[in-house]
Amino acid sequence: MNRILEEKIVKIFLFAAAFTAVFSVLLIGIFVFMEGLPIFFKYGLTDILFGSVWNPTNQVYGIWPMIVGTIYVTFVAVLIGAPMGIGVAIYLVEIANERISKTIIPAVELLAGIPSVVYGLFGMFAVRGVIASLSRGPLGDVLPSNYQSGYSILAAAIILAIMILPTIINISIDALRAVPREYKEGSLALGTSHWQSIYKLLLPAAKSGIITAVILGVGRALGETMAVIMVIGNTPAVPALDWTGLFAPARSMTANIALEMGYAGPEHQQALFATGIVLFVFIIVLNSITQLLVRRRREGGAK
Amino acid sequence: MTVIELQRASKSEQGQGGAGDVPQIRSKNLNLFYGDFQALHDISLDVPKNQVTALIGPSGCGKSTFLRTLNRMNDLISGVSITGEVLIGGQNIYDKTVDVVELRKKIGMVFQKPNPFPMSIYDNIAYGPRAHGLKKKSRIMEIVERSLRQAALWDEVKDRLHSSAMGLSGGQQQRLCIARVLAVEPEIVLMDEPTSALDPLATLKVEELVTELKKMYTIVIVTHNMQQAARISDRTAFFLNGKIVEADETAKIFTNPKHKQTNDYISGRFG
Amino acid sequence: MSKVNRNQNIAFAFFSALGILTVCILLLIIAYIFVQGITKISFDFLFSNPRKMGAEGGIFPAIVGTIYLVLTTMIIAAPIGVGAAIYLNEYTSRGRITDMIRFATEALAGIPSIVFGLFGFAFFVILLKPITGGWSILSASLTGVTMVLPTIVRTAEEALKAVPDSLREGSLALGTTKWQTIKGLILPAAMPGIITGIILSIGRVIGETAAFLLTLGGSLLIPQSLFDGSRTLSLHLYMVAMETGAMDVAFGTASVLIILILLINFAASWFFRRLIKRFS
Repeated sequence: MNRILEEKIVKIFLFAAAFTAVFSVLLIGIFVFMEGLPIFFKYGLTDILFGSVWNPTNQVYGIWPMIVGTIYVTFVAVLIGAPMGIGVAIYLVEIANERISKTIIPAVELLAGIPSVVYGLFGMFAVRGVIASLSRGPLGDVLPSNYQSGYSILAAAIILAIMILPTIINISIDALRAVPREYKEGSLALGTSHWQSIYKLLLPAAKSGIITAVILGVGRALGETMAVIMVIGNTPAVPALDWTGLFAPARSMTANIALEMGYAGPEHQQALFATGIVLFVFIIVLNSITQLLVRRRREGGAK
Repeated sequence: MTVIELQRASKSEQGQGGAGDVPQIRSKNLNLFYGDFQALHDISLDVPKNQVTALIGPSGCGKSTFLRTLNRMNDLISGVSITGEVLIGGQNIYDKTVDVVELRKKIGMVFQKPNPFPMSIYDNIAYGPRAHGLKKKSRIMEIVERSLRQAALWDEVKDRLHSSAMGLSGGQQQRLCIARVLAVEPEIVLMDEPTSALDPLATLKVEELVTELKKMYTIVIVTHNMQQAARISDRTAFFLNGKIVEADETAKIFTNPKHKQTNDYISGRFG
Repeated sequence: MSKVNRNQNIAFAFFSALGILTVCILLLIIAYIFVQGITKISFDFLFSNPRKMGAEGGIFPAIVGTIYLVLTTMIIAAPIGVGAAIYLNEYTSRGRITDMIRFATEALAGIPSIVFGLFGFAFFVILLKPITGGWSILSASLTGVTMVLPTIVRTAEEALKAVPDSLREGSLALGTTKWQTIKGLILPAAMPGIITGIILSIGRVIGETAAFLLTLGGSLLIPQSLFDGSRTLSLHLYMVAMETGAMDVAFGTASVLIILILLINFAASWFFRRLIKRFS
């Protein structure tokens, strides 16, 4: 009967479509690891991971500067972006009236939609310009001369902080809205102020969701490429680890790949794929933490 | 356990000659489980052709569940298992060879809440015939008009066939859903509390419609409204806790029930 | 009591300032780009070929490349993504396989775009070169498909979930097959939501650069087929800003991109509102 046959064919097609995602993840994992692993065996895991010199023309492939650069810039970006994003979420859920929310939420959506190269272009001029005048002016005597161009970890972190805002805001909003209303009403009925019930009750209750939001923000910051390339200076050197490092030009792992893939020879390519592996591992670790938190939240909710 | 085989109504027996020997629907020792929970116990019931059979009982008694076994809508719920038989036209519908889709063409269903599709009135009615392969526009128009007339809705909507069905009133929506079922030309129409979401006037219209429709269709209707059962049905089956307590001609059930539980229920002592 | 009130006022003022700051940042970015770039936009800029590696002339090839890439990606990704959502929502109940598919979809959403680029480079550009033509619109599209899949699957699933079960029952009770019900009733009802997801994905493809840097090539010629290299507006912006140093062209291109994204966001929210209206 052809109607039954049609059902079967449709179901097979739909299953294949659904399985595409699984297939893609496997392929991505396999190809990135296949291309990148050999170099670890050739030069040794520690020399690649912790070598602080990246000089592909002389077959020296230490990606430590990029690891430090990535972590530094991500850390600063989240330090700025997370409190701000959480604050905006609290404002939208608890304080703002509907009319104000209705102007801010589309703005947040739009921030999420702006292409990263546009952020990069804005950062290249506006943000870098301000930082350059700061590092050449008042800080000119303190900072080494190669830290004065404005292309810096700080510039990249500010741009990234803006870029991760939508992620943090949206997921924090979900987390705050998921807290049962009765909690808040119960607290207000006890005579606490609105603000007291927000920080003593609402925030702790939404904690795991907000942490998830921050972790996803970290993931976005880690993985961002173009905007970072355009403002961070791309020097493959370990930045100073004190506050002056903020003004240091650096290079992220993502930038390393994007900048050099175009002209890399075979071994150099492998080293770039190896950079990709490290990035991939960072993301996997982050994702696992998120999954764990989500699961714990679900179990916590079921109690 | 009280299981009463329905005595076939004498009038239908005589009226249909040889075919009248077989009731339109006969369930035999039907049990239904949701996982470990048994929702229906040993249901045996005969539904005669061209009559209205009402299923009554307090909520949760299994009357809707039983109704949904008759067109195998319970298949859609995972974890449901069934033992026993439902014979329709002599064929066990739970037999492996039965094509559920064909079965549901023969057995229409009207739901508790009107569920018009988010499309025009015309397209709602044409939906079934089109799905069953009808393409000719003039023929579809004929069916649309006939079904809407049968459902006593034609005069109210004939000037706006192409506007959205969502704009109709609740009662009109429910009659549209009935018309949609009739367009597929079923033999049996199952109705699951079709008036529970309607106001009294709309209810009255649907009841009139049901009485009219039994000339052409066999109707099984679930209702929690005993007056409704008394008004429109020829036979009534009383369900309690997943069992049939009593099934008989409606007049007998409401005037002279054999069982105390039936009497308690119809006199309003519980449920 | 007054201290409590004062704390509350300070806290709320601070949060309000953050909310306003967010909007201001957005406006600042858009204004900054527009002030420097919008006067660059002219018929000539949009529809003529670039000269001197993009330092002068127009951005026409990048516009053509963007359109090509968006169309190819969506033609492949939309059926797969919507099909996956139908499978997950209509054909299976929760089980090990759906868990795996959902996990993979989540994982895809979290992978950085440069890693997609690496994969697309190794798989589509190098390994499948005989089929894809190496750096090409096809290679970039296939890479793009894996990137936008999570968005399409998720939004389509939400849209399908919003269709009430009573419609499914009503249709099946008329003796239609599952596929007839989905094709004739459920998909049309969910269409505004599905289109919202597709529009958002188009935005993602337009905005993406890193993955296409490694798979699309970056040719400044107008592509003649799917097997030619090309560049998108985003890629063009990056290249003229970082390599050519033509900042006026970069700002002009950025203005075009922002206008596109504004249009896309309006379209998406329009369709989304239609979905909500349909079921309320």
